[in-house]
Amino acid sequence: MDLIIPQINFSAIAPALTVMITAVVVLLIGLFFQKVQRELLAIVGIIGLIVSLGELGRMWGKDITGFGGMVGNDNFTIAFQMIFIIAAFLAALLSLNRIEDEYVSYGEFYGLLLFALSGIIVMVQGLNLLIVFLGLEILSISLYILTGFRKMRADSIEAALKYFLLGAFSTGFLLYGIALIYGTTGSFSFKGISSYVNANGFTNVLFVAGIILFLVGLAFKAAFVPFHQWTPDVYQGAPTPIAAFMSVGAKGAAFAVLIRLFVSVAAFSTREWTIAIWVLALLTMTIGNVVAIVQQNIKRMLAYSSIAHAGYILVGVLAGNEMGRSAVLFYLMAYTFMNLGAFGVVSYLGISHKVENLRIESYRGIGYKYPFAALAMAVFMFSLAGVPPTAGFIGKFYLFSAALKAGFVWLVILSVLNAVISAYYYLRVVVAMYMQEPEEGKVFELPAASWGVGLALLLAVLGVLYMGIFPSSLMQLFQKTAELISML
Amino acid sequence: MIPATNLLILGAILFSIGVIGVLIRRNAIVIFMSIELMLNSVNLTFIVLARQLHSLDGQIFVFFIMTVAAAEVAVGLALIISAYRLRATINVDEINLLNG
Repeated sequence: MDLIIPQINFSAIAPALTVMITAVVVLLIGLFFQKVQRELLAIVGIIGLIVSLGELGRMWGKDITGFGGMVGNDNFTIAFQMIFIIAAFLAALLSLNRIEDEYVSYGEFYGLLLFALSGIIVMVQGLNLLIVFLGLEILSISLYILTGFRKMRADSIEAALKYFLLGAFSTGFLLYGIALIYGTTGSFSFKGISSYVNANGFTNVLFVAGIILFLVGLAFKAAFVPFHQWTPDVYQGAPTPIAAFMSVGAKGAAFAVLIRLFVSVAAFSTREWTIAIWVLALLTMTIGNVVAIVQQNIKRMLAYSSIAHAGYILVGVLAGNEMGRSAVLFYLMAYTFMNLGAFGVVSYLGISHKVENLRIESYRGIGYKYPFAALAMAVFMFSLAGVPPTAGFIGKFYLFSAALKAGFVWLVILSVLNAVISAYYYLRVVVAMYMQEPEEGKVFELPAASWGVGLALLLAVLGVLYMGIFPSSLMQLFQKTAELISML
Repeated sequence: MIPATNLLILGAILFSIGVIGVLIRRNAIVIFMSIELMLNSVNLTFIVLARQLHSLDGQIFVFFIMTVAAAEVAVGLALIISAYRLRATINVDEINLLNG
């Protein structure tokens, strides 16, 4: 029997390698210099992220594959990876905030954040279910630890335990799905699956069951309704920068795989699958929005809002055309800025790790006392609600017009209604900040802020406004990448 | 030789026992053991399929699953111990600070 050694091309995984090496370096710095400033750890991490962005820029347009076709980087994948690197960058800046003092002085924090990012990168560039699974697990295991990072707090550990048990449970389903797919198609690669479907369609019950189990595993990561129950608990218990990163990273990575699967397996545009995803998208956004209305805790509200946004993005995936895919990228980018920004303001407004001011009532009257933070929060809330001239509006406009073009008129009408419902609870925060008297007569006093969180908020506000006012250049770029999603 | 179908059915039964265990047991460690049972039933399925398809891919996948499961055990047991230290219980029904 001949042993064929596949072509190994390390440049294909250069961004992931860079992030992993940086993570190890950060871990070692934290280990050897106990008294090291956390700013230094963050800066080392951020340098690694910038190098890795540079690697991605170098790979742009070259369609580099490696490891015998198991990983590949077309422009579409590269755009996804860039979005996640920006998310990790903002999360690293947010973690410099003073209320995160309690735990981020350890090198492990930034190390694990970078490992989680490397997992996302591996998952997004995988052209093979084995690589997707590995990336997903690198991401998940890092996030389990990060969620429980405040290990002296019962709520943090509880959130981590719930996330861990449910996450491992969903991994079981994902793996059984992969096993069934392997058993019927004899292959782990998207290419093999797609040629199997082109030849046989969805006639084999075991294959269909495998795909459904695989999608359930992904749906858990992206928190689609009915697999969303863990989200609010985990976001509430996790450190705020980590909740922010999870809401973009874990969700977005699942979307990248979903789009890859739908593009490579064209037969997904059959009637049964379309109806299933239609219902999933509608349920996800409606339940997310309706339950968010009654939330009193701002982190839980943002968690339900992130569920609703996953529903909006699913509309773009369902559209299935190039416009839909570029709209998904655009929306994910906009969502990165507005959601990380909103979590950033939440973190900024905490007094200490004991008094975090997470109730929406505690925001009453801060508009006059902390004008910049309140203004930033207002921008993010308007953007999440989809009010022009913000990125959220343009993103929703692109998503829904792609779906209209694909003929999903009713779904678009219901999505717009959903966006109107969501405006209620987003504007409630703005109303509390500017139009209501503070609780107990006066607003809480905040100690001096750190530069990191200020920089992160500034970048997020600029990002939201830039994408809202000048969307065309970025949109054209994303459109080009979506046309070029050639690689299977 | 045992026919492949029987082994696949065994895998499916073990997987179902694991799922039922996760759903009805309330002790975090027992839930975790049920999850491990699910993963191992997947391993069995992969090996049987690899033999049937005459391809090595499935067997290689099993190594990755075992590695990942080991990493998950390390993290999971650490979390369960932390939870026990803070709450003196690992009954998942009593760990319920977060809800609303």
